[in-house]
Amino acid sequence: MKADHTLDCVGLYCPMPIVKTAKKMKELKTGEVLEVVADDKGIKQDMPAWCQTTGNECLGVEEGGGEIRVYVKKTQK
Amino acid sequence: MAEKEKLTIIVLSGELDKALAAFIIATTGASMGMDVTMFFTFWGLNILKKNEGGVKSKGLMKKMLNFMNRGGSKRLKLSQFHMFGLGTAMMKKFMKESKMPTVDEFITMAKDMGVKLIPCSTTCGVMAIGEGAFREEVGSLAGAAYFLNEARQSKVTLFI
Repeated sequence: MKADHTLDCVGLYCPMPIVKTAKKMKELKTGEVLEVVADDKGIKQDMPAWCQTTGNECLGVEEGGGEIRVYVKKTQK
Repeated sequence: MAEKEKLTIIVLSGELDKALAAFIIATTGASMGMDVTMFFTFWGLNILKKNEGGVKSKGLMKKMLNFMNRGGSKRLKLSQFHMFGLGTAMMKKFMKESKMPTVDEFITMAKDMGVKLIPCSTTCGVMAIGEGAFREEVGSLAGAAYFLNEARQSKVTLFI
């Protein structure tokens, strides 16, 4: 999946990937996509939950090679 | 987003593990766009005490109490497996290896994210803990009415 920005959260456990995502998303323009790379499996549940609460869109989760890639589209106002 | 949802946490415990749990929830709540207030009482106040400097208290007995109950984010013990410091030291090592923030780092992070850190005025009065005993991130003292006013407007309220 194509992304406008990438955030490396490999080696970080909850809550850091979410905390860093929230911070990074402030820099994005509406409609841009952020790719978050992590290896804490919790992110597969946490990111859709974060998106639901904040009003952003979780486009998908890709897994492979021990890494999890989550794509978040900025749709919040 | 319209009106921000609120999250209020009472932190009564002053142990390392419980402090971490409280700060993980608080910083995540702030990341989710929530308005977060942490209300610290009794042993929980130890988390907010300065790590450096002497005991700031009046009266011999209360000075002794605050010497024994020194506090400071770097002096917190695990609620289990403390084992005279060995267990806590080991757990801190594991957490560092996992790149987990320390309580100290969590306090700074929470403050930067707009989390309000409120010490309970009654405990401060009873134990003679002056406001000077707390680190700079801490807000002004408040009582039960302040907490309840926050809690009644909160979607989520936790007691740790």
